[in-house]
Amino acid sequence: MIRALLLSLVLLAAGPALAVQPDEILDDPVLEERARDISAGLRCLVCRNESIDESNADLARDLRLLVRERLVAGDSDAEVIDFLVARYGEYVLLSPPATGSTLLLWWAGPIMLLLAGGIGAAYIRSRRTAPEPAAGLSPDEEARLKDLLKDG
Amino acid sequence: MPLARAERLAIVRAMIVELGHFALVLALMLATIQTVVPLVGAHKGWGSWMASADATATAQFLLLAFSFGALTYAFVVSDFSLLLVVQNSHTLKPMLYKVSGVWGNHEGSMLLWVLILTLFGAMVSWFGANLPPTLKARVLAVQAAVTVAFMIFILFTSNPFTRLAVPPFDGEDLNPLLQDPGLAFHPPFLYLGYVGLSTSFSFAVAALIEGRVDAAWGRWVRPWTLAAWVFLTIGIALGSWWAYYELGWGGFWFWDPVENASFMPWLIAAALLHSAIVVEKREALKAWTILLAILAFGFSLIGAFIVRSGVLTSVHAFANDPERGVYLLAITGIFMGGALMLFAARAGVMEAKGIFSTLSRESALVANNILLAVSAFVVFVGTMWPLVAELLFDRKLSVGPPFFNMAFTPFMILLGVLLPLGAMLAWKRGRLGGNMRILWGVAALAVASGLLLWAIQTGRSAFGPVGLALSVWLVVGSAADLAARTGRGPVMQRLGRLTRLPRADWGKAVSHAGLGFTMFGISMLMAYQYEEIRVAQVGETFPVGAYEITLADVQEVQGPNYLSTMAWMQVKKDGREIAVLTPEKRVYPVAGMPTTEAAIDNGVTRDVYVVIGDPQAAGGYAVRIYIKPFANWIWLGAIVMALGGALSLSDRRFRVAAGAARRAPADGVPAE
Repeated sequence: MIRALLLSLVLLAAGPALAVQPDEILDDPVLEERARDISAGLRCLVCRNESIDESNADLARDLRLLVRERLVAGDSDAEVIDFLVARYGEYVLLSPPATGSTLLLWWAGPIMLLLAGGIGAAYIRSRRTAPEPAAGLSPDEEARLKDLLKDG
Repeated sequence: MPLARAERLAIVRAMIVELGHFALVLALMLATIQTVVPLVGAHKGWGSWMASADATATAQFLLLAFSFGALTYAFVVSDFSLLLVVQNSHTLKPMLYKVSGVWGNHEGSMLLWVLILTLFGAMVSWFGANLPPTLKARVLAVQAAVTVAFMIFILFTSNPFTRLAVPPFDGEDLNPLLQDPGLAFHPPFLYLGYVGLSTSFSFAVAALIEGRVDAAWGRWVRPWTLAAWVFLTIGIALGSWWAYYELGWGGFWFWDPVENASFMPWLIAAALLHSAIVVEKREALKAWTILLAILAFGFSLIGAFIVRSGVLTSVHAFANDPERGVYLLAITGIFMGGALMLFAARAGVMEAKGIFSTLSRESALVANNILLAVSAFVVFVGTMWPLVAELLFDRKLSVGPPFFNMAFTPFMILLGVLLPLGAMLAWKRGRLGGNMRILWGVAALAVASGLLLWAIQTGRSAFGPVGLALSVWLVVGSAADLAARTGRGPVMQRLGRLTRLPRADWGKAVSHAGLGFTMFGISMLMAYQYEEIRVAQVGETFPVGAYEITLADVQEVQGPNYLSTMAWMQVKKDGREIAVLTPEKRVYPVAGMPTTEAAIDNGVTRDVYVVIGDPQAAGGYAVRIYIKPFANWIWLGAIVMALGGALSLSDRRFRVAAGAARRAPADGVPAE
């Protein structure tokens, strides 16, 4: 619900246009598909967590056109992305590059899984051998039982 | 001189609102008493002090219900002497949205939050007759402590009853995006979920104070968690469904901080309701279950902080009241810090009892908990990372859907692969033969259907085939689980046994199948969506996939509180008309903003989703048409999951005096 409020702010600022407009679409379907893929990973800088592919903002449209311009000029996908990062900083990437401190972000999940898996495995091992107090007999009881059996 | 009728009415109106405000203050006092008295009573063993919590819990709920009713009344009669009503309502607004406007804003939604807190407190009192008196008193005291914190928050930073000296003639209207039936009911369900987890939290803290956690505790805490999880599931599904049809391009999940704020408690609650089974059945995983119960509500609090402080959404100036953020952070810090300190001090005494081998249901549930908890951790780290990176590393980063899709999905795939195996393993010591041999067939079926899809699909993505195989594995695996539960014998006899299975078994199979449906919907939609963006002249017909679309007409239409540009689009398949869709672009003059109303032809195998855009300079309109395969299965799956939870909740063992027989001293784990 709050998201709606925020998105509405975005829409309010942006006006009623749709995201990708018919006049933006490239004639070459292969290039267009590459443009869409790249756009989906680029942040609309004035929006909140929206890619330029889904955003209605004017800036997003400018960036979409820029991406297509570069692709038509013969840039590779990586070159287009590098160009935009050089211009707007890594903030423009919706998936942060796995370099430097951001490695921590990318590895947080796998490291935590290993850690939790290790603890979990140790716990399961410990449960395999632990005595079951409710069902088993205490050493004292065991000794008494032995005595009783001997007597019998 | 006798007052005129209108004047009398005005006085009554003013009185109702003031009494609502007063009721809130009175409830705060009662909650403060309830925080202290039952706790002392439980410590000293004074029965009447403990029992006082029952009266105060019920009274608090009634006062809050009155207070909330008074605010709703102010919205219904459009009492523009209240600031909140002015900011969020309008006389022309339809009645449904006048009412939903009560919680369509910060202050009103906080009042709803506290109303639900007191509702759960009262329900613990009403349905907790079989709880040991000391545990019940402590649970209610902790619940009251949480309530006190939020009532103070409301009264001092977010008072919904703030008056205006000079009332305007009309209001500023509710945000048009919120004027929608799907969204009208989204927040109440979400809050029932968030706040329901406060009860699990109260049970956990009470058990720590009490110093004992036994099988009965596991049985008591599970229904509350289950209820909260069911509501949270429905709330999240409603929000996602709303985003799908309202935002105009059919996205169903955005990995937005605010969405993540609701998803993290959902994941932790899912882990909690599985680990509580282990506590109940096997008296193992106790400390971990307590920790999960604390964390589940902790994530609800963190969610409230994320949503309402605006700390992660600083690009846009919404909810930019630092005072509120600081206060919510303080609430989170105090309750989490206090509970975790108590946990550190007391967790040691909760030794596990049950022993089990590596291959057992217990181990499978440990794996389930690890995967759910780690995936919640990934969502948490991803959500908070932009803040961390900026504060610690001076890097301005975005963490968006591409990151989450890549970092989160593997855990869900792993969970899906393990689920049918774990669900069928026996307790204590499982073996892969016997009943479980049926899963070989299920696995073969799943892999075969994945391969078939791989062979016939046109693209090269593995997403669709893997998704299909996983869904078949989950759905048919759940059916296999039920089938195996009926044992051996003639078919009729087994069918008979099927109907007599405990509802908890049905609930388990149904909700696991629901997860399969959701995974199916998501993978099909993401792998095979088809989209067409073009300019269409009025009267023009064009093909979209297997369909033919005609833009028949475009007209201006006047709605109750908006103006609309409405298009009539005919959808044909094989020359036969299957639907006439009317997408709209609306402008709400009072709120001064446009919205896009997509039109959808819903279907079991696909949605045809059409959107009308701007008129073009060269004539015609921009239009977008999507074919969204199996989209509805996403929310169908969520509803099935919630239904499974509800089935499980109605199980006999929760209805009969839960745990009464198990409360024998021998079963407990005393602290000292």
